[in-house]
Amino acid sequence: MALHATHRDAGKVTVVDLSGRITLGDGSALLRKTVRGLLDDQRTQILLNLADVDYIDSSGIGELVSGFTAVKNRNGNLKLLHLTKKVRDLLQITKLFTVFDVFTDEGTAIRSFD
Amino acid sequence: MAPDTKHLEMTLETQVESVNLAEEMCLRVAEAAGFGEDDCYRIGMSVREGVINAFHYGNQERPEKKIHLAVDLTPDKMIIHVLDEGTGFKLSEVPDPLAEENLLSTSGRGIFLMRAFMDEFDVVPGKTGGAEIVMSKKLPAPGSSPNGDGGQSTAPHQGA
Repeated sequence: MALHATHRDAGKVTVVDLSGRITLGDGSALLRKTVRGLLDDQRTQILLNLADVDYIDSSGIGELVSGFTAVKNRNGNLKLLHLTKKVRDLLQITKLFTVFDVFTDEGTAIRSFD
Repeated sequence: MAPDTKHLEMTLETQVESVNLAEEMCLRVAEAAGFGEDDCYRIGMSVREGVINAFHYGNQERPEKKIHLAVDLTPDKMIIHVLDEGTGFKLSEVPDPLAEENLLSTSGRGIFLMRAFMDEFDVVPGKTGGAEIVMSKKLPAPGSSPNGDGGQSTAPHQGA
């Protein structure tokens, strides 16, 4: 399933709702475009909602890391919300679970940016 | 080849679409062979990563080069070969993506994932040059759980 991305504002935080697969090609490209677009709009506090993302490959993992670094370089924060089991497992074996702030509750996640 | 081995092969273009095509083809074979959902996921992901490796690192995304995919289904296991037309590489020279200095690298996790998800994994020199990834997964035992993993977690094997 192709990746879809919409975003909404929650105060200073932008929540990006993603659904589909983040894989080599269009999926990774859309994630990159979305994060870079938010940074261009000075939105540097970003919460990626991955509740409906059931598949990520190494290219998608690389794009998550790339987004994380790009946001950090703008003194912002990129955090993750609602990981599916497969995505959680992937982040754990690649040790990225320790790099990203990961949340299971949206309200808690949004407050963590304060 | 042993008479009870089923063999399937295809030649893929060096393009992004080949990654999905290879994954779909191998998933159909895996499902027909009796692998459960979790093992199919692991096999599909490994095929993706093998073809991505051939597409990007082996063939350098050059469209005149091909990617050769072969699947052998023996009575014991499913063996997948991914051959590129690049210059080859040594596994020992692949950086460890779990090393502290590589954690924030945006690439270099494909080999790690294939090793983690498959039972056997190796890279050998291809007969016509390039690198050949050879990886396999044991077939589920008759009567095993639908997941085909003996009831284990869906988490892949770490450090395999």
